[in-house]
Amino acid sequence: MNNAAASRMRLFGMIRKESLQILRDPSSIAIAFIMPVVLLLMFGYGVSLDARHIPLALVVEQPDSTSASLTGAFRESEYFEPRDFETIETAQQAFDLREVFAIVWLRNDFSRQLLSGNTAPVGVIVNGVDANQARIAEGYIQGVWQAWLEAYMQEQGLELHLPVQMEPRIWFNAAVRSRDFLVPGLIAVIMTLIGAMLTSMVVAREWERGTMEALMVTPIRINEMVIGKLVPYFVLGMGGMLLSVAMAIWLFGVPLRGSFWLLVVASALFMMVALGMGLLISVVARNQFVAGQISIVVTFLPAFILSGFIFEISSMPDAIQVITHLIPARFYVAILQTLFLAGDIWPIILANSAALLVMMVVFLGLARRKFTKRLDA
Amino acid sequence: MITLQRIIALAIKEMLAILRDSQSRFVLIGPPIAQLLVFGYAATYDLNHIPVAVYNEDRSVVARELVAKITGSPHFELVARVDHDAQIAPLIDNKDVLMVLHLGPRFSDDIKRGITAPVQVIIDGRNSNTALLTLGYLRTIFTDFNYEQARKLGLPAVPAALQIRPWYNENLLSRWFVVPGIIGLLMLVVTTTVTGLSVAREREAGTFDQLLMTPMRPFEILVGKSIPGLLIGLAEGTFILVVAVWWFDIPLRGSIGALYLGMFLFLMSAVGVGLMISSLAVTQQQGILGAFLFLVPAVILSGFATPVSNMPEVVQQLTVVNPLRYFLVIVRGVFLEGDSWTLLFDQYWPMAIIAVLTLAAAGWLFRHRMS
Repeated sequence: MNNAAASRMRLFGMIRKESLQILRDPSSIAIAFIMPVVLLLMFGYGVSLDARHIPLALVVEQPDSTSASLTGAFRESEYFEPRDFETIETAQQAFDLREVFAIVWLRNDFSRQLLSGNTAPVGVIVNGVDANQARIAEGYIQGVWQAWLEAYMQEQGLELHLPVQMEPRIWFNAAVRSRDFLVPGLIAVIMTLIGAMLTSMVVAREWERGTMEALMVTPIRINEMVIGKLVPYFVLGMGGMLLSVAMAIWLFGVPLRGSFWLLVVASALFMMVALGMGLLISVVARNQFVAGQISIVVTFLPAFILSGFIFEISSMPDAIQVITHLIPARFYVAILQTLFLAGDIWPIILANSAALLVMMVVFLGLARRKFTKRLDA
Repeated sequence: MITLQRIIALAIKEMLAILRDSQSRFVLIGPPIAQLLVFGYAATYDLNHIPVAVYNEDRSVVARELVAKITGSPHFELVARVDHDAQIAPLIDNKDVLMVLHLGPRFSDDIKRGITAPVQVIIDGRNSNTALLTLGYLRTIFTDFNYEQARKLGLPAVPAALQIRPWYNENLLSRWFVVPGIIGLLMLVVTTTVTGLSVAREREAGTFDQLLMTPMRPFEILVGKSIPGLLIGLAEGTFILVVAVWWFDIPLRGSIGALYLGMFLFLMSAVGVGLMISSLAVTQQQGILGAFLFLVPAVILSGFATPVSNMPEVVQQLTVVNPLRYFLVIVRGVFLEGDSWTLLFDQYWPMAIIAVLTLAAAGWLFRHRMS
């Protein structure tokens, strides 16, 4: 038997051993297939930044036809669920108990001031604890208000003259559906988890169980061992990935405007990075406790917070922006959001894929170097 | 008395088992500190220096004023100028800019002649939240600009105007919202993983059977195994609290006692979940997997980054069993809204129930799950 054939045989043997191990311990299959489905379902529906039915307190101290038309405008809006209060004090109590998110307060001289020729003030209090929601709610309140004001002035025969008016056009997501940008990002977060989880404990497990010594006395080479451990998990991971993409398109209705094959290639690249990261963790950590801890620390939360999946990277402080370049999910999120919503935009796809390629080489290279066939290591 | 001694002995043994190894010690202490600092700065929805391109076809003073008002704001940063339509798409597509502002050639003429002048704003909608926030910032600037112009041109005043005032977080800094949330996030991660492996480790090593054979009662084992997670969680929570107040300057307006009562109940429920997972797991790998399978949804469906109230009804029902959901209301309520324990009662009791149920389940599983 020549060298190449022997090597191929050892490699296939290793792949077979790992595949059998996967099949016998169903938790790996659960990670690869059930986890993405459950997570994507839960997050696809659960993670939303679109506020609907914001509980709103309407305080009208002196109801009349004018105030009725304004409160009617809030009642008709799908964004609000208004509740009436007679006094500001009772409204504030509900506000403190977090029963309402915002208060619109029409004082008793509202209608009189409206006709007086001065600008009548309308008090609005918003719960600012969640600054992002507060900003969004403010925007909706202003939208309802502006529409009402225009209608009111027209009714009164007054002309509302604005010197300039903004005509916004939102590209790629005209309806501003947060799901369309969150679901592609979630695929990146979920794949990071799965890739790293699948491999992070495989080597640490062999050390702890003592089977590493058994592997060492076989003639298998380190390269064959690394590849043999990666291949079965890669196949599993890609299966989970395709499942997630299918769900994004058919279940969540996210448009895939770019090429499907480009998506597959980029995902394969990312899967290799995630597996490489997991493998490196499992080689470096001597026990499963440490391997598990590290993989939780370096995968889930960074992919969630530092990848641009939900928090805009360009708004982070410069030092943090530099750190985000160490997070593989960052590059994959950029590719996914662009491929899904914008299309095949080559400069973005190439630049981010190149970064993923570099990370893959670094992780696998490091794992390979640390992976010594020595007991005292 | 003997019970107490046994519990203390087991708790000490557990602490040693976790802290003995230098690598294990490090992963418990190092990453949470690093994560607190990095996430504290990174996790913000506030937009700063959004890259903007301007396509100004009108050389008038008014047009320049409007452009200067927008690009001069700390939220926006002018990075490119555009001379014709064809340049717009590549800039947005390649994410060189997030927004293009387009003033047509008749901009100032329209204003002078009393016609409303349109200003086209093209925004990259790939991140829809950023797009919405950008619109919000722009709307404020446009309202101001209109008010100034109307006064200059002697137009009649608007009959009424909104005066919006955010309470509790007057400047709407999202850091004030996120950093208290990180306290809950990191406490949950650390406590669940510490306890999630404690029984599985012994099962794998075979020492759990020995532990069951000692005169210790299951209740004592349960308490002894809970203490390390509780202590480590409390220590980390306190540390992060101190950093939040003194490093990030988040105002702590409410009662510390109310916060610690919340922390205690929260940690007990996290310990309960961790021990339950651990006693279900046969191997450590299953233990860490179980911890993960609990942590990921617990974080995402907690209101940490996206509000629970935006979720569909069914998903909102699911969050009822998530201890982090309650603790986030407590920690944010105490920090920003100045809540005392009476206002938080509705958050305390569900966590207490979760803790009791999960701990009881864990104790039962100790004896009934033998591999």
